[in-house]
Amino acid sequence: MFLSVLLDLGTGYGIAALGAGLAAVGAGIGIGRIGGDAVQAMARQPEAINDLRANMILTAALVEGAAFFAMVVGLLVVLK
Amino acid sequence: MPAESYLRGRKQGCPPPVMSIPNLLRAASLLIGSLLFGTANAQHAGHDKATHLDVVDSTVAVVVAADTDAPKLALEEAEHGGRFDAGKLIMGHIGDEHGWHLWGHTTLPLPVIVYNTERGISIFSSSKFDHGHKTYGGYMLHEGSIVATKAEDGTDVHHATIDEPLTKATWDISITKNVLSLFISLAILLFVFIGVAKAYTRRAGQAPTGFQNLVEPIILFVRDDVAKSAIGPKYMTFMPYLLTAFFFIFLNNLLGLVPFFPGGANLTGNIAVTLVLALITFIIVTVKGNKHYWHHILAMPGVPGWVLFILTPVEILGMFLKPFVLMIRLFANITAGHIIALSFFSLIFVFGETNAGAGYGVSVMSLAFTVFMTMLELLVAFIQAYVFTFLSAMYIGAAVEEPHHH
Repeated sequence: MFLSVLLDLGTGYGIAALGAGLAAVGAGIGIGRIGGDAVQAMARQPEAINDLRANMILTAALVEGAAFFAMVVGLLVVLK
Repeated sequence: MPAESYLRGRKQGCPPPVMSIPNLLRAASLLIGSLLFGTANAQHAGHDKATHLDVVDSTVAVVVAADTDAPKLALEEAEHGGRFDAGKLIMGHIGDEHGWHLWGHTTLPLPVIVYNTERGISIFSSSKFDHGHKTYGGYMLHEGSIVATKAEDGTDVHHATIDEPLTKATWDISITKNVLSLFISLAILLFVFIGVAKAYTRRAGQAPTGFQNLVEPIILFVRDDVAKSAIGPKYMTFMPYLLTAFFFIFLNNLLGLVPFFPGGANLTGNIAVTLVLALITFIIVTVKGNKHYWHHILAMPGVPGWVLFILTPVEILGMFLKPFVLMIRLFANITAGHIIALSFFSLIFVFGETNAGAGYGVSVMSLAFTVFMTMLELLVAFIQAYVFTFLSAMYIGAAVEEPHHH
């Protein structure tokens, strides 16, 4: 499986897959931090839970946007 | 007025029954059922030729014909000894088509409207193409899109050559699957909201009933949590646009999750649709932007002069980048959701190709994952509609904000 990915690297497909994977790692770290910090903030200040939730979703969507750029670029490489 | 009747409804002890757990569960069981139905249908890909009724040039004629549209093509190829192509199946599902696959071998043909600068306009039913196998009226289907050819009517596409200069002069303005889906969602939105608006004038001051109960909490959510918090005191001017965008995106996200006829068209996962939505936001921001807003873009106050050489181009770029990201976010989110759900589903056939037993074994896990992804997409359908509306409201809010005097 891994060998075939390495072989695909030459054709650009493998690099597209690697790019999409790296973007997912970045978005994962970002959304993980947002979620973790938001839960911590909610635990510290339960009365602000609604504001925190709205901001959490919004920030997660912004981070996601960056990952989606990578995904679209990956798709464009694969579909040409 | 809505707020008053809403509050009154609350006082009289009739809580709005939307978003309740039983309702969500009901919707979920419906989805699971439809998924199972989809599996049964996919496996029943026998090759009996269905009746082929030919209807003379009627654009709205419903023709029952042998089906070989893109998604099924992949399955049929597998049956004929070719390899199952998951990519083809998925791309066929998330793309646009000249015809709407209903079930089994039945496809709803849609009108093809082509304008050619040399040949003029031609309108005919997409069943004339015999699912991409034949040429008609000097046109044929090539990888899903209409191309011009000089071959006679009824020639097999493999024997017809594409006429490049004529194809460049061809404009395809057909009612495709996505366009029809747009019309359907338009009809649903008009039906629901005209009904609700009439109910408010007729039953002024009384507790809400029927569809009012469904949409009122969502309207109030958009007003209080989106428009008021992001735009401020001038929010009322922009409520019609925000509500339209929210309900349009929400409804079409949900319709995209329904695997059978009125749904399943992936409209909000089409970049042209999200482009237009983002463009409207861009136009509103640009037209409604006040002096304060333009001052901040063209010459940010309180910044040394030489920094402006860098800052102003960046701000102008940002003006276009914001709606661009709005477009990509909605498109990619919905498309990615569809791709993931279908990928899990395709695993059955990928494994089934190596070994029938492995296919059955994987189908249990695969179905569970597909159901899980679809549940997640229900959440995403709402969140993306909310995020699009909220970010639009924030950009509008930044454009109409009055300067603070410290």
